[in-house]
Amino acid sequence: MTNGEKNRLKDSIFKYIGVFACSIGLILLAIFIGNIIYDGFNRIDWSFLTSLPSRKAEKAGILTAWSGSLWIVIFTFIIAVPIGISAGVYLEEYNRKNKLTRLLEINISNLAGVPSIIYGLLGLEIFVRLSNLGSSVLAGSFTLALLILPIIIVATREALKAVPSSIRAASFGLGATKWQTTWYQVLPAASGGILTGVILAISRAVGETAPLIVVGALAYVPFTPKGPMDEFTVLPIQIFNWVSRPQHEFAINAAAAIIILLAITFTMNGIAVYFRNKWQKKINW
Amino acid sequence: MQKIKEKIIEFILRATALITILTTIGIIWVLLSESLVFFKEVSIIDFLTDTQWTPLFANKHFGILPLISGTILTTIIAISVSLPIGLTIAIYLSEYAPKKLKKFIKPLLEILAAVPTVVYGFFALMVVTPFLQKLIPEMAGFNSLSAGIVMGIMIIPFISSLSEDALSAVPKSLREASYGMGATKLQTSFKVMIPAASSGIIVSVILAFSRAIGETMIVAIAAGQQPRLTLNPLVPVETITAYIVQVSLGDVQHDSLEYRTIFAAGITLFVFTFILNNISFWIRKKFREEYD
Repeated sequence: MTNGEKNRLKDSIFKYIGVFACSIGLILLAIFIGNIIYDGFNRIDWSFLTSLPSRKAEKAGILTAWSGSLWIVIFTFIIAVPIGISAGVYLEEYNRKNKLTRLLEINISNLAGVPSIIYGLLGLEIFVRLSNLGSSVLAGSFTLALLILPIIIVATREALKAVPSSIRAASFGLGATKWQTTWYQVLPAASGGILTGVILAISRAVGETAPLIVVGALAYVPFTPKGPMDEFTVLPIQIFNWVSRPQHEFAINAAAAIIILLAITFTMNGIAVYFRNKWQKKINW
Repeated sequence: MQKIKEKIIEFILRATALITILTTIGIIWVLLSESLVFFKEVSIIDFLTDTQWTPLFANKHFGILPLISGTILTTIIAISVSLPIGLTIAIYLSEYAPKKLKKFIKPLLEILAAVPTVVYGFFALMVVTPFLQKLIPEMAGFNSLSAGIVMGIMIIPFISSLSEDALSAVPKSLREASYGMGATKLQTSFKVMIPAASSGIIVSVILAFSRAIGETMIVAIAAGQQPRLTLNPLVPVETITAYIVQVSLGDVQHDSLEYRTIFAAGITLFVFTFILNNISFWIRKKFREEYD
């Protein structure tokens, strides 16, 4: 075999290694999920969704877990989305290229790299203790809101960047002010991209476990939250609690709860991708 | 009137942007203030050099080294899984794969990063560990190997996506010059493209490192809760993050020394990730627009 032939052979072998590398992660994930569905699917029924947690595995359900998750998501959304979009608008549309904006930009990318459990420590000290919110839904929501803020800001900026400057120029030409231009022209044009970012950020919040454990969300809550000041648990913490127990029946419960959690996460990500594609097609400026 | 309204709106927008600065100040203040109280009772030398971490036992030792070694061990295992796979994916997608396939595979790989980490923890403990125990019978039920491997699978898209961006940013002329010399795609990839994109690839690895160090649930579930100064991947260890979870789940008195250990552990973690993130910024800034 000549050198050239050898090289071409190596080349075509590498192509298969590449295909293998692309698929190995997904194949393993598929095996994992298959395993989980096999373990847990039969455990899911109406009473599993509507029962309180229990010491007996076969009686335990995820009512408090999913209702806690719902409370947390709603409040996190209310807190984080307006702030995140507004901060993104400021950085992209009102950006004055000065030291402050430079500092803000560096700071936001730094925040995006802070481990989520550190946000938990922040929330524990600031919201749970100093603000006297206790380990409430509100304290957890504030903590998660700070955690997903960088994601929403970055997504908003990307979406605003994609809006061509001719739209702004046309609006200014008609005598609109900066805010009128932003509110009536730029934001609607960027809405698809922003929406995608918001959904992905919320999906991240649904799956977060560590910061809420630190904030003091409970592993065992025998009631559903009635208001934002109540104690709570969430779906991932319920799963963690069940995984940590030695009995096999609880592992089956965990698998069943994971199916629900994954269904929520994948649905949200699917919707986000759908909106992104639709929006990208629309903005053929 | 309109002018005042505009000014007020701009003020509000700026205030919301400043919340991000307050967040950073808050994090640093919380970690520092609680840690300073901690270091009044525990000498910082002991903290950095003692080889035992037993704050919850009667015989208390406050040496962070076992937690650091547990963290680094799981991280290194995760990177050794994700770097070869992630980089191969990046090369394949940027040099070999047809454009349509690339457009299809990239979002598919992002799924790996979208799965909640508690789910990966379940996989590590319930699927990977029992499987590995068949191959390595002396392996413990909690160990850093399974946790690290599963974490590695999770961070594949971090490395593949950023490295692929770096490879795609290399000017076409370099690639074409290499082909012109008669090089194969493989030779071009490894001898021209990877060196040319090296700064971007290094950034992707550093960010993956930082992500792995801060990862919590996988290690809390599958790696155990036994702080141990070891590089043996088969025995239970405890990471910084897993320790914080362990204390948060127990009923430790607020304002006690045990309570403050989580802030001392937290600031250690924060310093690690902060340094890594800033090295990556520095590399990105220094080597940007190298070819323009």
